[in-house]
Amino acid sequence: MSERIVIDPITRIEGHLRIEVKMDDNKIASAYSSGTMVRGIENILKGRDPRDAWAFAQRICGVCTLVHGLASIRSVENALNYSVPENADLIRNLMSGAQFIHDHVMHFYHLHALDWVDVISALSANPKATSELAQSLSNYPKSSPGYFSDMQKKLKGFVDSGQLGIFAKAYWGHPAYKLPPEANLMAVSHYLEALSWQRDVARLHTIFGGKSPHPNFVVGGVPCPIDLNSDSALNMKKLSQVQDIINQMSRFVEQVYLPDTLAIASFYKDWGNRGEGLGNFLTYGDFPSSGMENISGFMIPPGAILNRDLNTIHDVDMNAADEIKEYVSHSWYDYENGKDAGLHPYDGETNLNYTGPKPPYKHLDVEQSYSWLKSPRWKGHAMEVGPLARVLMLYATGHAQTKELVNMTLNKLDLPIDALFSTLGRTAARALETQIFADAMQGWFNDLISNIKAGKTKTFNEKLWEPSSWPKQAQGVGFMEAPRGGLAHWIIIEDEIIKNYQAVVPSTWNAGPRDAEGQPGAYEAALADNHTLHDPKQPVEILRTIHSFDPCLACAVHLTDPDGNELINVKIK
Amino acid sequence: MTDLRNGKDKTLGEILRSQGISRRSFLKFCAATASMMSISPALIPKIAHALENARRPSVIWLSFQECTGCTESLTRAHTTTIESLIFDSISLDYHHTLQAASGHAAEAAREAAMRENDGKYLLVVDGSIPLGNPGYSTIAGISNYDMLMETAKGAAAIIAVGTCATYGGLPHANPNPTGAVSLNEVIKDKPVINVPGCPPIPVVITGVLAHYLTFGSIPDLDHLGRPRAFYGNSIHDRCYRRPYYDKGLFAETFDDEGAKKGWCLYKLGCKGPTTYNACATTKWNDGTSFPIEAGHPCLGCSEPDFWDGGGFYKALSMPTENISKTAVYTATGALAAGVALGTMNQNKKNKAHDSHSKTTVSDLEK
Repeated sequence: MSERIVIDPITRIEGHLRIEVKMDDNKIASAYSSGTMVRGIENILKGRDPRDAWAFAQRICGVCTLVHGLASIRSVENALNYSVPENADLIRNLMSGAQFIHDHVMHFYHLHALDWVDVISALSANPKATSELAQSLSNYPKSSPGYFSDMQKKLKGFVDSGQLGIFAKAYWGHPAYKLPPEANLMAVSHYLEALSWQRDVARLHTIFGGKSPHPNFVVGGVPCPIDLNSDSALNMKKLSQVQDIINQMSRFVEQVYLPDTLAIASFYKDWGNRGEGLGNFLTYGDFPSSGMENISGFMIPPGAILNRDLNTIHDVDMNAADEIKEYVSHSWYDYENGKDAGLHPYDGETNLNYTGPKPPYKHLDVEQSYSWLKSPRWKGHAMEVGPLARVLMLYATGHAQTKELVNMTLNKLDLPIDALFSTLGRTAARALETQIFADAMQGWFNDLISNIKAGKTKTFNEKLWEPSSWPKQAQGVGFMEAPRGGLAHWIIIEDEIIKNYQAVVPSTWNAGPRDAEGQPGAYEAALADNHTLHDPKQPVEILRTIHSFDPCLACAVHLTDPDGNELINVKIK
Repeated sequence: MTDLRNGKDKTLGEILRSQGISRRSFLKFCAATASMMSISPALIPKIAHALENARRPSVIWLSFQECTGCTESLTRAHTTTIESLIFDSISLDYHHTLQAASGHAAEAAREAAMRENDGKYLLVVDGSIPLGNPGYSTIAGISNYDMLMETAKGAAAIIAVGTCATYGGLPHANPNPTGAVSLNEVIKDKPVINVPGCPPIPVVITGVLAHYLTFGSIPDLDHLGRPRAFYGNSIHDRCYRRPYYDKGLFAETFDDEGAKKGWCLYKLGCKGPTTYNACATTKWNDGTSFPIEAGHPCLGCSEPDFWDGGGFYKALSMPTENISKTAVYTATGALAAGVALGTMNQNKKNKAHDSHSKTTVSDLEK
């Protein structure tokens, strides 16, 4: 029997993820991804006021905080054909763009970096050489020998205390760590800088939405009114704070995040030839410039790429019954008409049926059901979503800045374009798109200022606020690009309340289990792509590829119903 | 190089000596501390002994049915910052989102922390616990309930962070598909400090931690187990828009004159009058703003069962329709409605204040 390696919990992610891999000697033969926690939010949403749904849906995830809130209000607006003022779209773009930048930087430094950066090796760095390295990469001001020497002392004091806290029992000293001590010291210093930076830039959400995490939204617009003559509304003080934060974001991305990513990548070029997996990519599209109805005005275009073919972009129809379907063949759910048929989200049913081993358990039965995630498929294909899918879509559709950034990266690393389809490519794509978002933020802010200048201050459309103005029945889909990939919520409204609600989210696409035909999900396929483990007891290689997707498991798990009896299954003609 | 996997823990005294600080200057520091705190010089050796053997208290943070919003909030605290906490004040020995080690190594870190700090570590929990089926939520193949009970056993104190851990929160909302419960429903033999909110305000999470670490005691709690320093007053009582409520001036929608002028959001469903939290005083994210300041009614997220409170945009106490109509028709009407609401809430508030009477740890231990 082949050896089975289990990693549970996968840490430095959002939520509860378990990976089991079967080995063939020291190579991964097959991998199984399992979401091990379920709450039942979609079921909780049934029967509620659709205007309230965003708050429930937003709590699907507190890391990608706000994205589910936004997808939710868009689903209600789509169902009711409820248009929002231009300023509302701009403020939503700013909030969502800020989320991308905040989330990607935190993912890189606080969730992903420790797979590549050896914290302990930083202790033997020469601060002067570290300073030279940092200054050769960018003009970030905190790069003097004294600064790095102070950082090193702080780290030394911490390590010498013998209480390593969050850094305890990691794989330090593993031969897979390739950075010289100076690069490690620089990265550890930026780990700390990024912690401080992120709490400052998160304030953009607080200005528009009152708090972070979980800022507020409202169906029909945004809750914060604009009035330059008010001490309470969005006024010059608050607009200036937003501008400051945009500057602060873009400086950190340009001077720290992007240069660090490229510098670290140059020591791990072999990771450009493993971890691809599917070769199929999907975007829903987002960041409207003239309303959600006008797809051609989106900054990120929607579409599907199959088998790495960047010359053919397939159209994606979120409403077509035969395109997006979810399967439960290997998930702990039942479908009324059997486990093997897929269902479109409008027809979605999810009857919880835990058939896994009784806890405490050692192994899952991966031949049967083994996850709380479903398996979404587009026209039967397993698809990868996220930064790599978006960068490929922008690249394939001729987006000038993307082409420039991608070519610059490949040149610098001296890698062929094929290297994009990999663990390294995924991590690099995340940094590249962060640069694109950092630039776009200024554009959206300028547009908002121009509108205010022109006397256009409307932020909310009150026309369809009262449920009595709604049709008896309506259905719609709210879609967007979230940091981890395409996200959509489907809603059915009947008699002013929610009749059915389904979310198909980025990590369901990426982290889902096998489908009825045995096709693996994106994580599973990526781990089976050219991974050799140096030491099965310290499987840092698995963490690298899994973290390159930035897993978000609370997002990915679906609704439940304990006995399956009370589910109302709505069929749409 | 230090062997981290088997590194022997050093005390503060050992660290100081390894960093070249002499015993003599250390004792001088202790004498200065004693004099500053007006402590008898006779106690200097005691202080020195206590300080020399000080280790950062071990903290084990468990995450169950949650969204990681509480952890994100923890990282947003401007004081005490997360860096300062994990480097200077605590040893965060287990925390899924932040710790470097995964899998067996992560579980080994939790077990080691429990073993080495038995009876002394602080347990922090976010997320609810599903009792419907142990398979609804597992970590390392262990059910949430089993992991909680095993880890709670040797904890000196337990802090429940976020509305899911304190009151069941979103998973517990009707129809509670997984049988989710709060910590209080399963931990019966120890006090649990409740720090609710969805998520709690960043500085409230670190403030409660800092209180415990600095004073070694549990702060005064209200009848719902919440520290009174942060949950002692309703948002309404501390709200800067309160004068408009008293005058009967309300925003009718999100973008009208009242909304722009910062009038009261009561009629848009604000739950400030029945919600006890520090949003209106500490505000959020370094005092930047809070939901009401940014134009949205309070959702009431630090109160039990706020998810099932009847609608976020439905005004409290009085049927929304009547107030709106009265208010829209005449200015006098609006004033009258405001005064009426004021009186109704006076009663409500008094009741709340009564039930908000001081709760002590010994009450909780009963």
